[in-house]
Amino acid sequence: MTTIVGAGHAKPSRGAVSMRPSAIVTITILFLALLGIAIVAVTVGAAGIPLARLPAALGFSTTDATDAVLSRDQLVLWSIRIPRIAAAAIVGGLLATSGAIMQGLFRNPLADPALVGVSSGGAFAAASAIILIDSSFGESLRFMQNELLPMAAFAGSLVTTFILYGIASRSGRTSIAIFLLAGLAIAAIANAGLGLLVFIADDRQLRDITFWLLGSLSGATWAKTATIAPVLAIGLIACLSIGRGLDVLVLGESEAFHSGVNVERLKRISIVLISAMTGVAVSICGVVGFIGIVVPHLLRLVIGPGHRLLLPASALLGAVLVVGADTLARTIVAPAEMPIGILTAAIGAPFFLAILLRQRGLAGL
Amino acid sequence: MTAILETKSVTMQINGATLVDGIDLQVKSGEMVAIVGPNGAGKSTLLRLLSGDLRATRGNVRLKQRDLHSYPPSQLANHRATLSQHVNVTFPFTVEEIVHMGAGDMGTVAARPLVDAALNEVAISHLRYRQLPTLSGGEQQRAHFARVLVQLARGEAEHGPGLLLLDEPTSSLDLRHQIELVEIAGRRARDGTAVIAILHDLNLAVRFADRIVVIHRGRIAADDVPERTITDELVRDVFEVEVAIQHHTDGSPILLSQLMQPIRM
Repeated sequence: MTTIVGAGHAKPSRGAVSMRPSAIVTITILFLALLGIAIVAVTVGAAGIPLARLPAALGFSTTDATDAVLSRDQLVLWSIRIPRIAAAAIVGGLLATSGAIMQGLFRNPLADPALVGVSSGGAFAAASAIILIDSSFGESLRFMQNELLPMAAFAGSLVTTFILYGIASRSGRTSIAIFLLAGLAIAAIANAGLGLLVFIADDRQLRDITFWLLGSLSGATWAKTATIAPVLAIGLIACLSIGRGLDVLVLGESEAFHSGVNVERLKRISIVLISAMTGVAVSICGVVGFIGIVVPHLLRLVIGPGHRLLLPASALLGAVLVVGADTLARTIVAPAEMPIGILTAAIGAPFFLAILLRQRGLAGL
Repeated sequence: MTAILETKSVTMQINGATLVDGIDLQVKSGEMVAIVGPNGAGKSTLLRLLSGDLRATRGNVRLKQRDLHSYPPSQLANHRATLSQHVNVTFPFTVEEIVHMGAGDMGTVAARPLVDAALNEVAISHLRYRQLPTLSGGEQQRAHFARVLVQLARGEAEHGPGLLLLDEPTSSLDLRHQIELVEIAGRRARDGTAVIAILHDLNLAVRFADRIVVIHRGRIAADDVPERTITDELVRDVFEVEVAIQHHTDGSPILLSQLMQPIRM
């Protein structure tokens, strides 16, 4: 019927009419933001490199600065600062994307790998690997230390995600309250395990493990960065295949199946992606919370909830945020350094509470 | 007319309880079938067996002469569309985005005519850019109906008449929209779709259906044209309500709640 919408049919406006920027505009703006924050991050720090000296230090132009200044700048840039910024960007991309996937999978804007213990599970496995490597038993594994930690963290995250999914999902329905509470319990178990490791660790191991408890990018090197970069690249490519599925999954598992989505396959890919991306991020920088929840939430407000754009945009905004947070972490208390995990928690936790209050009606908590 | 859907002694047992017990059902292209029955009779379980959500413990379901479970999900979606009773969307998708989800992997531009037609048909074009979670229950239900219509249209364009399953599609709708929904489903049937709907309102079922299937304790208690199905005896035996059924000028039964009396047992 071609019903004319009459006056009696009109309703007072509730909720916003959505005007959303296009994909190209969104991605371009986020790229520029990442470039901008990277330039800021390169120039500030314990050894400041003014913008004027930057092109020369990067090798883009000749300079009249003395060789000593130039070579110091270059050393700071290439062996400390740029690998760290690259690591921060990749970690931010990993954390934000895995958060967005997790929220899609659990149909719950409050899901965050760090909040529900997936990061802690990875950290526990990685810390176990440190102790193992250090023991005589693990000596033979020491040559692959750079690869072993991410792999252990991935395995730990994978186990945690599977357990969480098993507990929170019953016959196609995911209870948000049970999901959050189960995540809390799982995080507590993983943290108890970490505590136990701290207890049995010697001084040197302890230093390494403490770093997971607080989260820091100070240990970033080119080698570590090179290990995690492919995971982000492969993850983002894999995201292309789950974008539509995650969109339709928002209707519910049965409805997604009715619409032609292979739900079991979608869930398997999502769980592996969440675990791999969270795990390797944890292996580099420890537990950094709330990036996975803040970034997708902010983006949904502007570009909408469609995952095909949300996932790559999350990777970019996550990179921007973590590069920014890490720059702040290494400058506000210079020459000392604040663990980035403390910083993201201090900003992210109030943000989480705000979402919780807004979602209270919707989420049925 | 060929049978789009055919079940042979379909039985579903969960934890030892038999929810659906040996159902034989045939629905042809162009038929509108209403499934009615008291609470807990097994209607929803039956519909979930027909949609492929559940796999029967015994018996089988055939869709277009092929075992239902031999279709991969993406192909099944080309041949049958399902409107569930409750769909809860937590993310701020717009009505247009939700309706477009029915179009599968068709791009926004390619699917636009289908989406436009469905939005027009369920009369929610004016809500197109609104976020679904901000709408009333009835408006959301109509948006999901539009999504299912898009899926049906897309499948039928390529594969011919399909199956449309509706699980209490009118539960949150006001009178006008209940009747409009029934009319839309009727138009689909006239174009060849096999329509099966669970309905609670017997009057709506009478108006809606070519055939009414009454489910009682997991079995088919009656399966016939409305005039022969909805009788005083059946309503008393199955629904446990004493009623004197009136008749419209065309002979179709009318049930007035003013004339109903529950049977105390």
